[in-house]
Amino acid sequence: MTQAHAPTPAPSPAKPDSPRAASRRRMAEQLPDATLIKWLRDMFLIREFENRTAQAYQQARIGGFCHLYTGQEAVAVGTINALQPDDPIVHAYRDHGHALARGMDPRACMAEMFGRASGCAKGKGGSMHMFDKPHWFFGGHGIVGAQTPLGTGLAFAAKYECEVLGKSLPNPGVLDGQPPKKKVALAFLGDGALNQGALHEAMNLAGLYSIPVIYIVENNGYSMGTAIHRGTTMAHDLMAKARAYGIEGRVIDGFDVMELYDHFKPLVDACREEQRPAFVDLKTYRYLGHSMSDPQKYRTKDEVDQFKAKDSIDCMAAYLMGERVDAAGKPSLSQDQFQEMQEEVRALVRDSVEFAENSPVPDPAELYSDVFVNPQPNLSPTAEYVKGARNPLL
Amino acid sequence: MPAFELPTVDFSKPLPSRDGTRLIQFREALREAMSEEMRRDPRVFLMGEEVAEYHGAYKVSQGMLEEFGPKRIIDSPISENGFAGMAVGAAMYGLRPIIEFMSWSFSLVAADPILNNVPKMLYMSGGQWGCPVVFRGNDGAGGQLGSTHSWCVEGLYANVPGVKIVIPSNPYDAKGLLKTAIRDDDPVFFLESERMLGDKAHVPEEEYYIPFGQARVAREGDDCTLVSFGRPVNFCLEAAAELENDRISVDVLDMRTIRPLDIDSILTSLRKTNRLVVVDQCWPFASIASEVVTQVCERGFDWLDTPPVRVNTEDVPTPYAKGLEYAYLPNKDKIAAAVRKTLG
Repeated sequence: MTQAHAPTPAPSPAKPDSPRAASRRRMAEQLPDATLIKWLRDMFLIREFENRTAQAYQQARIGGFCHLYTGQEAVAVGTINALQPDDPIVHAYRDHGHALARGMDPRACMAEMFGRASGCAKGKGGSMHMFDKPHWFFGGHGIVGAQTPLGTGLAFAAKYECEVLGKSLPNPGVLDGQPPKKKVALAFLGDGALNQGALHEAMNLAGLYSIPVIYIVENNGYSMGTAIHRGTTMAHDLMAKARAYGIEGRVIDGFDVMELYDHFKPLVDACREEQRPAFVDLKTYRYLGHSMSDPQKYRTKDEVDQFKAKDSIDCMAAYLMGERVDAAGKPSLSQDQFQEMQEEVRALVRDSVEFAENSPVPDPAELYSDVFVNPQPNLSPTAEYVKGARNPLL
Repeated sequence: MPAFELPTVDFSKPLPSRDGTRLIQFREALREAMSEEMRRDPRVFLMGEEVAEYHGAYKVSQGMLEEFGPKRIIDSPISENGFAGMAVGAAMYGLRPIIEFMSWSFSLVAADPILNNVPKMLYMSGGQWGCPVVFRGNDGAGGQLGSTHSWCVEGLYANVPGVKIVIPSNPYDAKGLLKTAIRDDDPVFFLESERMLGDKAHVPEEEYYIPFGQARVAREGDDCTLVSFGRPVNFCLEAAAELENDRISVDVLDMRTIRPLDIDSILTSLRKTNRLVVVDQCWPFASIASEVVTQVCERGFDWLDTPPVRVNTEDVPTPYAKGLEYAYLPNKDKIAAAVRKTLG
């Protein structure tokens, strides 16, 4: 593939002292140091987690398909942090990063991939199917685009809760009879899902019923090995897709987490307030292959390096350790603190691997549990369904 | 009691009599079931093509828009993949959607949500989220609708673990089973028949729920067990009446649900008759009839005096011409012939 066909790299981060940077970073900059440091830490956590995941996969301790999020960390962190903790999220199969950004215990995430009973889905889901009810994370879905109608339904239900029920449904963290809140659901998808009918039906329904769901296209330029323009019409202007359904569309750069937040947060707030959908073309890039088995013949190393040069973690670290200073000129994050944070995260991820490795495999009886909420006789000629063990996250 | 929690349905209560004079149509029985449950539970809503302002393509939901308003009786565009998927999300969040497919034939374009999401969500999420949606609509041929609109999906969908499949043959059962379906915490595929929506029968005023997995003995006899479900139960009853003229008496079992399948009632009847005919409006290969015969062979082989016989639709696409369509479907003549065959 020629460079001309490659996704256009976004402009490199603006110089700290430029007026453009000042206006762009206005909103995120006002957040407390602790918040921004947490974002950096979460991005670093995802990066480290995926490194360890790759390692475990190569050692055949993780099976099946495994899609790593390395390079795209700012997207999950910048978008999810613009939400309330009880806004629903649904995602496709490159889902470890989102689960972690949303607060899933790295142990539960890693153990799931190891196929252990302590995994978030008790070892029944795997890498592509991360679910975390207490964090309002409605999965990890394996079929491209299929999660977009689900996200629409989550948002529909949240709106129904306000408009019809008048009190909150019994979901995690909800007190009985509590008045409902206006919510926004995020439905993440990759650019490959742009060509699936499910997305277009979902967007039509969201536009039609004014459903508060935001479709976030994590546009990393490739649907597996197919560059976006080779599979998608109007790849240069994806807003055309949003316009077709009467949905507000935004193009957002997904490398600088603060810039991303600055553009995304107002959109979330507006969709929440006005209870209506939006569509975001979030420009990002994955450093690694589509999955662990991808030899990446469809792009050049140069192209990958161009994106690595504006790595979101590096940029954020540089900002916190250099540009962002208090009145006395002291940076928000010292070298030592950054070092400490990295050590803490590495230890956490190592611990998640150890935890996964030392966790028991699922009890054989679990094969027959969680098929029905209400199992009854004669549902199967061969299986006797049983109630499952309590999910470790619940 | 916490918000939205309902008392458990008491299935030990005896069902009200099927005899009476409150004759209503199958479609009205369905409507009563939905309306009663919607009055009880605000989480229940109905969505589908033409369910609201058109009053239902087959008038099942007539008047429901007026009673429940457009936020609960929701007209969808022709977009099965989209709205079936939406129902999955809504159910995960805690609502109790009823999704009307104008025809189950159209559910094929929603195969991904209804087969990949609905039955697997509880399992894939390790027990975190079930998917309590009722999908309902017309199933089966009989109205000269040709090959694409005449699907009997039960043969396809019953292969997938994780859903309950209900297929009533008359208004009384339709109402009691649909109410149970709406109250069940698992996903239910509820298969109606456009050919039966105008059928009338007594449906009692009082509220009742019919448990899943319990066949009804629709007619009693000694010579052969006729097992069926859905519309062909009525053909079985016609055949049974005709066979009676020749002093052949048959047990007719209306299975009412396919998953769960009340194999125990089949075996009980078989011990009496020692002969079995299964009547199924799906194609024969890997059909529900195949499943029933297999289970009977596995569990009741010694009770069979003659090989079991199945009457399926003919193994061809559904034809349009009236005569061809009649020849394609199970009918009383085919069923009577099958019974005679088991009797030698």
